[in-house]
Amino acid sequence: MITAPPSFRLTRRAALLGLGGAVALGPASLALAAAPTDRRLVVILLRGALDGLSAVVPYGDHALATWRTALLTGRPGQPGGPLDLGGFYGLHPALGGMHTLYAAGELLPVHAIAGAWRVRSHFEAQDFLEMGDGDQRIDSGWLNRVAGALPRPVHGDNAIAIGATVPLILRGQAHAGSWLPENFRPPATSLYEQIAALNRHDPVTGPALADGLRERGFIASMQGDGRGPGRFAFAALARVAGRMLAAADGPRLAAMELGGWDTHVAQVARLRYPLTQLDQGLIALKQGLGAAWAHTAVLAVTEFGRTVRENGTGGTDHGTATVAFLAGGAVAGGKVRADWPGLAQHRLFENRDLAPTAELRALCKGVLAQHLGLDQAALLRVFPGSGGVTAMAGLIRPDA
Amino acid sequence: MATAMTLEPITASIRFGYGPRPGDSMPPDAAAWLRGQLDRPDPLANGPGPTAVQGLEALHADRLDRKRKLKPDRVRRLFLAENRAIGEHLVDTPMPFRERLVWFWFNHFTVSLKRPFVAAVLGDYVRTAIRPHVNGRFEDMLLAVMRHPAMLLYLDNAQSFGPDSIAGRRRHRGLNENLARECLELHTLTPAAGYTQADVTNFAKILTGWSIASPALLARGAPAFRFYPAAHEPGTPLLMGQRFPPGEAGGVAALRFIANHPSTYRALATRLAIHFIADVPPPASVARLEHVLATTRGHLGSAAQALIDDPAAAIPLTKLRTPADYVVAATRALALPPRRRFPVLPAMAALGEPLFAAPLPNGWPDTAADWAAGEAMMRRVDWSYDLAARAERHDPVAVADAVLGPLLSPATRMAVQRAGSRRDGLALLLASPEFMRR
Repeated sequence: MITAPPSFRLTRRAALLGLGGAVALGPASLALAAAPTDRRLVVILLRGALDGLSAVVPYGDHALATWRTALLTGRPGQPGGPLDLGGFYGLHPALGGMHTLYAAGELLPVHAIAGAWRVRSHFEAQDFLEMGDGDQRIDSGWLNRVAGALPRPVHGDNAIAIGATVPLILRGQAHAGSWLPENFRPPATSLYEQIAALNRHDPVTGPALADGLRERGFIASMQGDGRGPGRFAFAALARVAGRMLAAADGPRLAAMELGGWDTHVAQVARLRYPLTQLDQGLIALKQGLGAAWAHTAVLAVTEFGRTVRENGTGGTDHGTATVAFLAGGAVAGGKVRADWPGLAQHRLFENRDLAPTAELRALCKGVLAQHLGLDQAALLRVFPGSGGVTAMAGLIRPDA
Repeated sequence: MATAMTLEPITASIRFGYGPRPGDSMPPDAAAWLRGQLDRPDPLANGPGPTAVQGLEALHADRLDRKRKLKPDRVRRLFLAENRAIGEHLVDTPMPFRERLVWFWFNHFTVSLKRPFVAAVLGDYVRTAIRPHVNGRFEDMLLAVMRHPAMLLYLDNAQSFGPDSIAGRRRHRGLNENLARECLELHTLTPAAGYTQADVTNFAKILTGWSIASPALLARGAPAFRFYPAAHEPGTPLLMGQRFPPGEAGGVAALRFIANHPSTYRALATRLAIHFIADVPPPASVARLEHVLATTRGHLGSAAQALIDDPAAAIPLTKLRTPADYVVAATRALALPPRRRFPVLPAMAALGEPLFAAPLPNGWPDTAADWAAGEAMMRRVDWSYDLAARAERHDPVAVADAVLGPLLSPATRMAVQRAGSRRDGLALLLASPEFMRR
């Protein structure tokens, strides 16, 4: 039953038998071994570069109004104005659900944060965001390496991508499935078996079909009423993702994707839709997770921010620092985490962008250490070369 | 394998096209058959269909309807008709290699319904900006693309103003660098060329004023593309160490310059080799293509010819068909008449690759790692099972022999032969590892 664990992978049974201490996991392994399946981590990739200054508006910074006019939707308390977060920052008005989470101490916006990279190409930056590095390419995703560091569940996979394909963040050595609600009438099981057999020895189609069959089987019991969620509605996907993660034998890591953030034009109108999707998605995830929400952290991150100045078309262009969100019952939220760099002209990065004062890897490492119990060695395997990046403290409630 | 270096007709038909239809007679000389598709004109290039001007007029009329609280459907109807025609042509084309090239270049210069107004001009974009240049010069395709309303609207250049231009000052409007950035990054140089943020900003300035004619101008018979001198940033900003004349001519000269930059040739060679040869193409294949582009001033027909002549084209097929290619190949394999097919474009969407709705300007990915995921493969299986129901009078073994020929493995042939029903047999063929390849 113990499947030759390489270095720090151990099976759930090994963990239950108390073998965790025998594996070089450090002190954290005990907590892990005691409750190997409690903690859930969901990463939502916001593809296209979210404007952090619109999502979490630093309305208390007087310089903001010198750069932006059309993009500002009023003061807190005014109709259409931001939802106040305690006197300096305000949430975009489309984020009402997240404002409720914030009031309950379950949302932690982390502002003026950026990856280690300084490219402004979506595609390069998204690769770095998913690989977990800023200057060299790694052929696997960081969440996949987290999956490798966790005990494997008895059935199925540790990690799942909610989508038709597995994004780079979850690709790599550890096995990760993918899932989307089906919308076709399926053939008989025996035909599937024949097709799987025909492809068994093919290095590409064989494993993919085997995964697909397994994920479908796993899902059949999840949908309950048999009515799948709407095909591309993020909130509906998030609700089912929550239910999958809540299952006793379900995956513990999930990756989701949400696009629509590349607002070069008419940003005020265009940003409302993806922000609403994100807001409803987080609430649906909470509903799907039920009691397991208390043991969950959700990390929503984007590849870079956008220019502080409005461009000529009521939008913003590619920038640097932005906001990241940490949400969940396990999160020590209810405040905004930021070493605010200020928006005065001499404070801007390259005279155009919000200057980064925190690094994404520090946030991710903090979550992995405090929430999933990864030790220093495991963190360095997840984020190679990040020895100089100190994990952020105080992200997770001590009693979670 | 004494014939290892000869391009087998069946391999040629799958690698460079969408695979054969049962009843197609295989050309004895595969290379000549492919070459013939490059030499003949594409009947759809600049062919009939709604023009960009008509599309823009439909867009404006729809907007007026919306203001009057009427339900607008001109663009929707126009686009559905285009969709149907494109889908049918993909399956029935007598020049499948030419068609593969068209859609390769369309994907290279992606425009997407993620910006819905693209629907109004997408058909014209393919007919006038892509098709005529597939066997011509890259610089001409680039110019046609960059002047087409589809691209000018999709990547926002139609609304970019020189901040110091007359119109920019009067209307307090400024630059939008979206098109300039994606053109350098995705369409031409790629970041390997080492351009800077200043190059992007300056290129955006060079392209200011490149926009589309207003409804009033269109009504008076103006062409869709229009250069507005009043929106053009004055001066001659530096791009990659070069200066170009002010005005519209500067944009044309800058585009011709980057179209023929060595970094562009290298990027195009790599993409072509990845698409037609292998996910990790032999360096020699890339080098040949790069050399051909450099010595022919970016002649895409010569590059296509070099692909046919590449010894690596004759090696076994390793690439995984993308969902879009899979839909066309399966529909062709079952030789279904148009009324019995599933509509091609919606089928591509159902399998995960809505051809005209790429999420980002880099278009759809092209390698097995991007598509060989569990759910994506299950969707192929389910869809082809449904499709097979529409061809139940076919003999599955005969179809398998016809569409895979010598590439059909004994295991697949036996599974098809022993299947419980004709429908199951066809589904097994379409879900076999060799049918998934191109």
